[in-house]
Amino acid sequence: MKALIKRLKQKFNISDPMYQRDNEVFITVKKEDAVSFITHMNKVEGFTHLVLLTAVDWLEDGKFQLTYLLNNNMEKMDVGVQVFLDREQAEMESIHHLWKQAPTYQRELKEMFGIDFPGSPRIDEPFILEGWQEIPPYRRDFDTKAYTEETYFPRPGRKTHDPAEYMKQKLYPEE
Amino acid sequence: MADINKYRDKFPDKNPDGTNIIDMESQKFIKIWQGPQHPGITGNMSLELIMQGDEVLECKTHVGYLHRGFEKLMERRLFIQNFPLCVRIAVPEPDFNEYCYAATLEELAGIKIPDAAEWMRTLILEMSRLTSFLMHLGGQAGAFGLGVVAQWSNYVRDLMLDRFEEISGGRIYRMHMPPGGVRGLTPDGFEARMEETLRTIESTMRDIDKTMFDNAIFKRRTVGLGYIDPAMVDEYGVTGPNARAAGIPKDVRKDYPYLKYPELDFDVITATESDVYTRTVLRREEILLSVDLIRQIMVKMPKSGEYMAKMPNVLHWKIPKGETYIRAECTRGEYGYYTVTDGSGYPRRVNVRGPSYTHAVALMERLAIDCNIADTAGLMLSLHTYPPEIER
Repeated sequence: MKALIKRLKQKFNISDPMYQRDNEVFITVKKEDAVSFITHMNKVEGFTHLVLLTAVDWLEDGKFQLTYLLNNNMEKMDVGVQVFLDREQAEMESIHHLWKQAPTYQRELKEMFGIDFPGSPRIDEPFILEGWQEIPPYRRDFDTKAYTEETYFPRPGRKTHDPAEYMKQKLYPEE
Repeated sequence: MADINKYRDKFPDKNPDGTNIIDMESQKFIKIWQGPQHPGITGNMSLELIMQGDEVLECKTHVGYLHRGFEKLMERRLFIQNFPLCVRIAVPEPDFNEYCYAATLEELAGIKIPDAAEWMRTLILEMSRLTSFLMHLGGQAGAFGLGVVAQWSNYVRDLMLDRFEEISGGRIYRMHMPPGGVRGLTPDGFEARMEETLRTIESTMRDIDKTMFDNAIFKRRTVGLGYIDPAMVDEYGVTGPNARAAGIPKDVRKDYPYLKYPELDFDVITATESDVYTRTVLRREEILLSVDLIRQIMVKMPKSGEYMAKMPNVLHWKIPKGETYIRAECTRGEYGYYTVTDGSGYPRRVNVRGPSYTHAVALMERLAIDCNIADTAGLMLSLHTYPPEIER
C-alpha cells in the first residue's frame, strides 16, 4: 500500500493518506483531477472493482464529499477516493465510461443529494422517488420528521413514546 | 454472449449511436411490466420490458416500492437505536446488516469483541447464508414450474429458523449482534438439534437433486440462459455466486477474512459455464458448504465465556471522527457498510452496499436483452436479488 501511495504522489496532487487499516486508505483528490485519477487507478493500478459511490453532506462547511471506493482484488486493497464539491455548485464529471453500474449510483446521487453528473445516461430519470417536489431528501437540511408531520396527519389514538427515555429506564434504571 | 445484433441488423431500425428506434405507435412492439406485484419478480420491483414478439428488446429496472429511507433515518438516531433498524434492509438475510453495522462502529470506536462472540457471529452469519440459499433455491425452481422444490426447501429453512429462535428468540429478525458482541451463546442441547437439522437438509438436498438438477425440462430451459461473460464481472460490479459461476474466485470470506473464517477449512467454489443452470448448481454446492462450515463451527466454538465487550453508556456513546468500510460475503455477494462518524452521538452517514444494487439494475438490464419472455423470471431469480438493499 505504501509503495502505491508513493507512486500516486509522484503522478497526482493528492492529500496525505488516512490509513483506516493496512489494506484500506482514504485519499482526497481535487475535483478537476478526480476522474483522471480514478481512470488511472482502474486502468493502470488494477483497481477494477467499483465497490460503491456515495456522498456525505457536510452542511456546516457548505461541502458535499463524494466517496468512490475502489478495490483491487488481486492485491486485496481498498482506496477510498474523496472529492469535495461546493454545495451550491454540486456538479461532478461522470465516470459512466469506466463502469456500467456507475450511472445507477450517479442517478441516485442526483435524486437524493441533488449532485449533477452531466452526460451520465438517464441521469434525469427518477430512480427511487416519483414526483418529488421538495429539496433532495438525503441533504442534511431536509427534515424527515417535519416533512412527515406536515404531509401525513396523525392517526387518532396513537401515542408516541420517547425511545431514549424508555431505553434509559430499561438499560440504566439507577441513573 | 450471443451477438445481440446478429438477427436484428435490419429490424428494428437503429439510431446512429446503435440504440433501437422504438415507435410504440407502430404496433410492432409491446410493452410489458413484470412487477411490482408479480410471481416472477423478486420482492417488490418491476421490469419494464419492450418486446418484439416474445423476445425482449429493451429492459429497464424500476425500484422505489420499498423505499423507507433507512440511511437517512440512521443519521437521526443514536448508534444503538440503529441496531434494530438496520436489519430491516434485507428480510431473508438480515444478519449481515447487524454484523457490518456493528463491525464498522467497533472499528471506529476501537472496541475488540470477545472470542466467543466472534464464533457466535460466524455461526449466525453461516446459518443465515444457509436459510437464504434455501429460500432462493425454492424461488429459482418455482420460476421454472417446480413448485414442489419450493415447498421442500422452505420446510427445511423453517427448521433452521427454529434454531435461530432457540438462540435469539427471533425467527426472521434475529437482532443478536449489537455493537460490542452478541446477546448470548447457544442453549443447552443446541448442538444435537442443529445436527439433526443439518441431516434433514442434506437428505432434502438429495431429493432436490433428483427433482430439479436431474430434471430434463429444468436443464433444457436453464442451460445457456443468462450467460455472464467473465469480462463483465468487474465492468458491472458483479460479486458472489454470480461472479464465481463465471470462473472468478471472488469470496470475501477468503479474500478479506473476517471473524473466525480463517480458522475454518473450505475452498472457494467456482464454475465456468456462467449460465442460469451453473449458478443454481453452484448455489447448491454453497448450501452443502454452509452445512459443513456450521458443523466445523459447532465443534470449534466455545460453549461458555464472555460474549459482550465492556461498552460505554450507549445512550451517551460518542464515536470519534472517522470513516471505514466493512464487507462480508452474503449469499448474493459482497455486502458492506460504509460508515462516517463526526465525533457526535449519531452517525454522519451510513451507506449500505448491497450486491443487488448492481445485479438487478445494470446487469439485469443487459442480460434481459434477447431473452424470451418466458425466461425473464428465471433469469431474474438466477441473479438472486433483494430489492430493499437497492433502495435502502
